[in-house]
Amino acid sequence: MWETVRRWFDPRELRSVGSTPDYRFSLANERTFLAWLRTGLALVAGGLAAAQFLPPLPLAHLREAIAVALLLLGGTVAVRAVDHWARTERAIRLGEELPASRFPAVLALAVGLGALLLVVAVLVRAVGGQ
Amino acid sequence: MTGDPGLQPERTRLAWRRTLLALTVVTVLTVRLALSGDAVGAVLAGVAIAGWAAALALCWRRAVGSGPMRDTSRTMPVVALAAVGQAAVGVLLTVRGVW
Repeated sequence: MWETVRRWFDPRELRSVGSTPDYRFSLANERTFLAWLRTGLALVAGGLAAAQFLPPLPLAHLREAIAVALLLLGGTVAVRAVDHWARTERAIRLGEELPASRFPAVLALAVGLGALLLVVAVLVRAVGGQ
Repeated sequence: MTGDPGLQPERTRLAWRRTLLALTVVTVLTVRLALSGDAVGAVLAGVAIAGWAAALALCWRRAVGSGPMRDTSRTMPVVALAAVGQAAVGVLLTVRGVW
């Protein structure tokens, strides 16, 4: 695992495999990485906003749990973005199939489920408050 | 070539600028959360600002430089590490507030 992390920080290692592709492919891969990173940063921003702008919630520490969940999810998205970028770059250089990934589907389901839970919470509170 | 050799680097630089801008917004939120008045919060705010400044310095050339961008580089893991660092500081601050 640490070997993989070390490789991320060593561009020579990445350049040593296969042949240099059309640079437009590398730049497209880089932009995809940046788009994923912004997705991660948006989740981190959501966590930081929940921690300081939400009022205390009726359940003890629920606000903090929401904040930490969003922060961890954002961090995971950022790390996975680097990993996917490196594996894609390697595949392009070697002329292999691009790596397939379940991650976008899992993330979409997690975000959708989280939003659904919040809708339910808001509705329960609106009805309970009558 | 399809005639857009200049636009590919430009699009990539603009993507870098958007990303560094997003990192800056996140850093502002982290610092705001950290500055709750005690010493530990101030130290963590310093850590957040230092990480942001380091990432900006290391990625600056890729975001606003000129000329070709043909090399793969360390900027990808660096900027991702900065994002993870902000998340980690946020988690520390949030968990600390519970105790």
